[in-house]
Amino acid sequence: MAYTPDKPKLPETSDELRARIPGWGADLDPRDRPAVPREQFDPTFSGAHWEFPERQPELWPRERSIEHAFLTPVFGTSCPPKGLSGKIRRYSYARYSEARAAHWLLLLASDRVDAVESTLRSFVSRRPDNPVTETGVLADGPRGERRADKGHHLLDPVIVAAPWVLGAGLAYALIRRLVRQ
Amino acid sequence: MVYRGPYRVRPEEKDRPSIEHPNDAIVRVTRAAICGSDLHLYHGLMPDTRVGMTFGHEFVGVVDEVGPSVRNLKAGDRVMVPFNIFCGTCYFCARGLYSNCHNVNPNATAVGGIYGYSHTCGGYDGGQAEYVRVPLADVGPSLIPDWMDEDDAVLLTDALATGYFGAQLGDISEGDVVVVFGAGPVGLYAAASAWLMGAGRVIVIDHLDYRLEKAATFAHAETINFTEYDDIVVHMKKITDHLGADVAIDAVGAEADGNLLQHVTAAKLKLQGGSPVALNWAIDSVRKGGTISVMGAYGPMFSAIKFGDAMNKGLTLRMNQCPVKRQWPRLFEHIRNGYLKPSDIVTHRIPLEHIAEGYHIFSAKLDGCIKPLIIPNAA
Repeated sequence: MAYTPDKPKLPETSDELRARIPGWGADLDPRDRPAVPREQFDPTFSGAHWEFPERQPELWPRERSIEHAFLTPVFGTSCPPKGLSGKIRRYSYARYSEARAAHWLLLLASDRVDAVESTLRSFVSRRPDNPVTETGVLADGPRGERRADKGHHLLDPVIVAAPWVLGAGLAYALIRRLVRQ
Repeated sequence: MVYRGPYRVRPEEKDRPSIEHPNDAIVRVTRAAICGSDLHLYHGLMPDTRVGMTFGHEFVGVVDEVGPSVRNLKAGDRVMVPFNIFCGTCYFCARGLYSNCHNVNPNATAVGGIYGYSHTCGGYDGGQAEYVRVPLADVGPSLIPDWMDEDDAVLLTDALATGYFGAQLGDISEGDVVVVFGAGPVGLYAAASAWLMGAGRVIVIDHLDYRLEKAATFAHAETINFTEYDDIVVHMKKITDHLGADVAIDAVGAEADGNLLQHVTAAKLKLQGGSPVALNWAIDSVRKGGTISVMGAYGPMFSAIKFGDAMNKGLTLRMNQCPVKRQWPRLFEHIRNGYLKPSDIVTHRIPLEHIAEGYHIFSAKLDGCIKPLIIPNAA
């Protein structure tokens, strides 16, 4: 073979593909596709009857990116920051822009702190965390041999179990120390 | 459902959401789905994913209540809700970039609002629930056409629209060789959509044979299991006359396998915004001057991408979260004409109370899982 100006021959012609594949070429014209052109100026297309949406009431100080000029008029209220994780989150939003790795690393750290705090909190609630039912591993059951990518998941049990094993070890060490005193 | 920490979710009673903004609607969910990108949340990869959040950005349902300024919907309407939350009138929405809305996500400027997708995407609870708050209800939801199956409708809220959008970003011309990395739902839909745009060959690459079988039957694609080759890029060159594919679509994203170092540093240790194995393979296996479309979701941190090769090869890299609602009119036509049947890839229907098992089955790829739907009690 040689490298030449020609486009390599395809295994099937367009007519053959049209006959074999339902809808082949229905969007053949690149200019007649819904995402083309990328930007299509039409502020009325969406059905909005506002130029700027009414502002949603801010019921608690809502954390926001410092790259925004103001709190957006609409926002989610799923899980207000709380505890130590909440303090880390608020600091991260107040101090660092999205451009800074520190912003994201602090948020990831606060996620891990949140998981620990929430688990500890659950132990004094009517519904303590249960790593067996919550990980869904019971679905493995006798069908474990049908797991399609075993290699990929070798690390998963370690990552899931490690904080629990570590926590149990620390609790055991603490109790033993108290008993000895 | 609520998130309890990495790899842990559980069903939990929460208060029914209420109207928090005059243009809110409350929707009773009748079908939801777990998306591949939900696994990034589930695995603790997305920053600011808080314990107690309800996931789910693919859902349809029935309007239960509307706020005082809602004009286009009423209680009892059957609606499909795009995963994007958007205002319709900011600089970006006015140009059709609904996924980039500037008025709905106070937590970040780089991404718009997404249901149930961490506080980085706005802090909205999602639709893997019995009820969900739908903000800006006059611009987001659409009525489900009478002729449309509810299972097809729920897949239009993200997966199908995103796969179809991904094929468009590839700027496919008649006779182009298109390679799709990832045979999950979005990859399957992208492969099927590539034919609609006139592709001459469609090749799908994955490491799971059962998904590749689906790519062959559902998307009529050639398939390659990358684990059978020492170097998938060399193989790609061999089967494309040593030029490379014209278009590559990354439908994998942050948790790509295929390179242990990338996978562990990104997906396990969270030191990267995502494992760019598929993206790097795309860069290396597409031809010079070719186009790469990125549909796989990555986190906001940096990733070790082979940018020098992309520059030296003169590649065009195109990407975005899909502005779903812009795709719907055309996709409705394609479904009605029988060109696309999105629900053909659904493998599991999981009651909401078994959500933990549902996530595990999807995450661990048990029982040939490709796309699980979630069925709430109130459905």
